[in-house]
Parts: sequence; C-alpha cells; structure tokens
Amino acid sequence: MNPMPRVSLDMPAIDVTDLRKRYGQVEALAGLTMSVGRGEVFGFLGPNGAGKTTTVKLLLGLARPTSGSGKVLGAPLGDLDARRKIGYLPELFRYQPWLKAREVLTLHAELLGMPASGRRQAADRALQLVGLADRSGDVVGKFSKGMQQRLGLGAALLGEPALVVLDEPTSALDPLGRVDVRGIVRAAAERGAAVFLNSHLLSEVEQVCDRVAIIDHGRVVASGELESVLGQAETQVRLTGIGPGDLPALERFGPPTLEGDVLVIRPMDDAKVPDLVGQLVAMGARIQEVRSGRSSLEQRFLELVSRDRPPAGTPSAPRLR
Amino acid sequence: MLTIARLTIGEAARRRVLWVLVILAAIAVSLTAWGVSSLISAARENGVTEIEVKFAVSQVLIFIAFMFGFVLAMTAAFFGSPAIATDLESGIAQAMLARPLRRSSYLLGRWLGLAVVIVGYAILAGALAIAVVGTISGYLPPDPILPIAYLAGQALVLLSLTVLLSTRLPPIAGGAIAVVAYGLAWMGGVLGKIGLVIGATTLVSLSDASRFLLPTDALWQGVVYGLEPSFVIDAGAGQFVAEGSPFFAASGPSPAIVAWSVIWVVLVLALAIAQLRRREL
Repeated sequence: MNPMPRVSLDMPAIDVTDLRKRYGQVEALAGLTMSVGRGEVFGFLGPNGAGKTTTVKLLLGLARPTSGSGKVLGAPLGDLDARRKIGYLPELFRYQPWLKAREVLTLHAELLGMPASGRRQAADRALQLVGLADRSGDVVGKFSKGMQQRLGLGAALLGEPALVVLDEPTSALDPLGRVDVRGIVRAAAERGAAVFLNSHLLSEVEQVCDRVAIIDHGRVVASGELESVLGQAETQVRLTGIGPGDLPALERFGPPTLEGDVLVIRPMDDAKVPDLVGQLVAMGARIQEVRSGRSSLEQRFLELVSRDRPPAGTPSAPRLR
Repeated sequence: MLTIARLTIGEAARRRVLWVLVILAAIAVSLTAWGVSSLISAARENGVTEIEVKFAVSQVLIFIAFMFGFVLAMTAAFFGSPAIATDLESGIAQAMLARPLRRSSYLLGRWLGLAVVIVGYAILAGALAIAVVGTISGYLPPDPILPIAYLAGQALVLLSLTVLLSTRLPPIAGGAIAVVAYGLAWMGGVLGKIGLVIGATTLVSLSDASRFLLPTDALWQGVVYGLEPSFVIDAGAGQFVAEGSPFFAASGPSPAIVAWSVIWVVLVLALAIAQLRRREL
C-alpha cells in the first residue's frame, strides 16, 4: 500500500487555527486563524511589529508556535516535504556573498532536491524571470541591495513552488522593480501557485492581491476580499445652495450628511452619481466638485490600526475612481 | 549534509583561506628547513655526536609541532566560531533552512567542511615539515602518521567546541572561549605532570578532570610521544626531570582517552544539533 502523501496540493495552501506565539512577555501573535487557497494572492498587512514576520517564520518552521495548529500545503507546519514546494524570500535577504548569482540558485535548487541535470536550467530561468540574466556570473557580494532582493525573489520562484512566501519583497526595489514584482506575483498565481505577500506597502497589496488580512498587535483586525475590507463606497459633493432641510429628498441615494459645504452620502453606488448631480442641480445647488469611490486601503488601514494609537498624520481624501 | 560541506569547502577556497593556509605552511616549512639545517651544521662543526643531533632535531620537531598545534587550534577556533553564528546573524542560514534541509544536516555539513579543510591543512603542513626535517637531518619519527593524526584530532576537538558555541554565541565570544579553554586544558596537562612528579594528587585529579572536559591536552601527549625517538623515551621514562616536562611523554594517550575524545566530539556535535534545533530563527 502506498503511504499517504504528506503534501497535498488539493487542500488550502495555508490553513492555520488560533496560532499563538510568545517571546517572553511579548505576545507576537495572539491567535491567528486564516486560510489561503491555491492560485490566490494573499496580502498580509500590518504596521511594523504587528506579527507579520513571526507568522511567516511559523509557517516555514523557522520558529515554533506557542500554541495553535496549522497546515501548509496539507502538511504540519515546518514539514520537510512541504518545504520542497515552498519558495521563500526572507525579509532579511542575504545570500552567500562569495557565490555567483547562478551558483546561489543552483545551490538552492540542490537543497530543493532537483536533479543535477536540471539545476542550471532552473537557475537560469529564475534569473531571467527576475531580470538578472545578464548578471548570472557576477559575485553576489558586489550586488546592490535591490539586485540581491531580485536574486532572493528568483530563489523563491525556483522550481515553480506551490506556495510562494514573500516577506516585504519590494523593500529594496525602485519603482520599476516594484512593477516587475507585481507582474511576477501575478504570473505565479496564474500558473496556480498561492502567493503569501507580507507587506506594509499598501499600494503594492492593493494592486496585486485577491484577498487581504490586516494584522495589528498579533491579531487580525480585518480580512477578506479587498473590496469588503475597503468598505463601502461613498460620494462627496462640495456645493452651495442647499441646507439640512434638503437632505430627506436625497435619501433615495443613501444616508446623506452635510459637513460644512460638503455633502457626504455613504454608502452610495457609483452608478447613481449622474442622477444625484441632476437632482442637486434641479434643487438649485451650485456644485464645485464631486468625488466618488471607496476609501483607499491606506485610509482603511489607518482606521483599523490606529484605534488604540495616537493619530499619525491626516488620512487622505477618498480616492477618485 | 554533503551539499553544505561542499559549500563550506568552496567558501574557504573562494575566500582565499585555503591559499593563505598553504602559503603559511610553505613559509613555516621553509623556515623549519633553514633552522634545522643551520642547527645541524653548527652542531657538527662543534663535534656533537649523531645521537645528540638526533635528540636536538626531535626536540625542535616537538617544539615546531607545539607551535603548529597551537596555530591549528586557533585556525579551528576561528573557523568554527563564525560557522553557524554568522550565517544566523546575516540571514544566510534562514534562507537555506526554509528549504527541505534538516538543521542537523546543515550543522554537520558545516562541521564536516571545516574539518576537511583543517585536517587537510594538518596533513599537508605536518607531513611536509616531517619530510623536510627528515631529508635534512636523517631523523624520522618512529611513526610519522601518528603525531599528525593527534594534531588533527586536537584541532577537531576544538572545532567541535566552537561549532557548539557558535549555535548560541556571537563569533568573537565563541572564539575567545575556545582559545581560553584550549590554553587552560594545556596548562591543566602541564600542572598534572608536575603534580604526578611531586605526588600532588589533587593536581593530578584536576588535570584528569580537565582532560575529561576538553581532551586536547591528552591528544597533545600523543603528538609529543609520536615525535620522540625511542632512545629519548627509554632515557626519560621514570626520570623526574623528563616526566615533569610538557615536551616529554613516556607514553601516548591511552586507548580509553582516545576513545573518549571521539565520543566527546560526537556528544558535543549532538549537543550542538540539539541547541540549533531549539533555537528560534
């Protein structure tokens, strides 16, 4: 009888329940429950020290949970077989500085257990993918930080892993590099890999992730599809010529409020904006500006994580769509 | 494990450590050759007998072995102490240990790679020194392989200790502790010999304890014994002046202490693996 395979590609890529981690008196992770499906790009957001990197280390078996349980690719946390199918870019990306870029990747291919004949090809493919093909023979010690991060990304993508864990993957990259990473992440998801993207760069997450979880003080404070985490759409109209007495007439668009010269209707479907403008004009209002859309991820993030923190700067106005 | 061992040897080669060792060995052997040939020609001019020349050469060889043993031990300490610690501090280890690589394989691979470099260095430099001195003076130790093996053994003991320390301590602390421990073990051995001569049993017991805790000095006795001509052993055995000297050994280390040295290395590596497994990365 064949033994049951420990690594299952049918089960969720990540499935953890009530995962906790204490470092002495500090509770780095206070009961994390989440699930990440195959082919999904999952954004894991949080301020510095929220528990993001701790989570990644627990998922990879680099640290042990204080309590709770979890599976990665259907196998227990840290399972050796599962790690064959996981690509990881650490937050602190450092590779043997005396090795050449290609040698770093062939080393990782060897550690993955790839046959000797395929290692060089796999390394070259990964270098091509991250834009380092022309630097494959250069010593890593002479690479800039950005190039080392690209190399780390290449290492994480070696052998087409079923789960790619990226811890702050663009921290050292310039804007062009960030665009490249977005493309690489989407391409990995399209071939069926799950991508766990740990980041505090909200625009990055917003542009590439299917689902997000926002973590603060070791707890998930919001999670779900990006749209649901961002909350409801609203419309703001800067105008003159109407007063509080006119508001009941606008209730068919959504609950209206008047804050100075700005009328806010939240929630309100974007599609109703022309009708609203028509009605306001008919009511004699003079319209200066109309803004419609959801709060940006940044705004939502600040709302969620600043509840028990002192205010840190003024959130921007809703993003225009 | 072999992947990591190969990587470690490659690191020594790529970082020019191997070349530095080879050049140092070449310089040391050239100076030894020059020194021994000057010593012999001066002795012969002064009409010193051949047996006295043989004695002098064997003493020079033991002294060179002592210096070389020290250099080798330091090399082991400074190779071993950053082996794990630097990889962990820099993050190089985390990237590798997230792969399907057991922590035990990683640690043993690091140890094995460094052991190959150090033992290779011991064999190369030791054999070259003995061969050059033998060619110039005509004196060859009774069994030239034995002292080299004991020298290498001493270095492996110290390497294992520093690899263990490296799983918990920063490189400088680990290296410093290993150097001090090596010095103390040697002093323990010397004091034990004196204790034996003057009948101070406490000193002997302390020396035995130090050999149990760190068996480098017991192996050093093997180096001395292996380099002595048989007539020196016959003349010195039981003699008060000779028995108390750190550069004389009437016998080699007992099979029990040699076996303990091997067990010691295995135990220390097992402890190092346990430490690394427990460590949160």
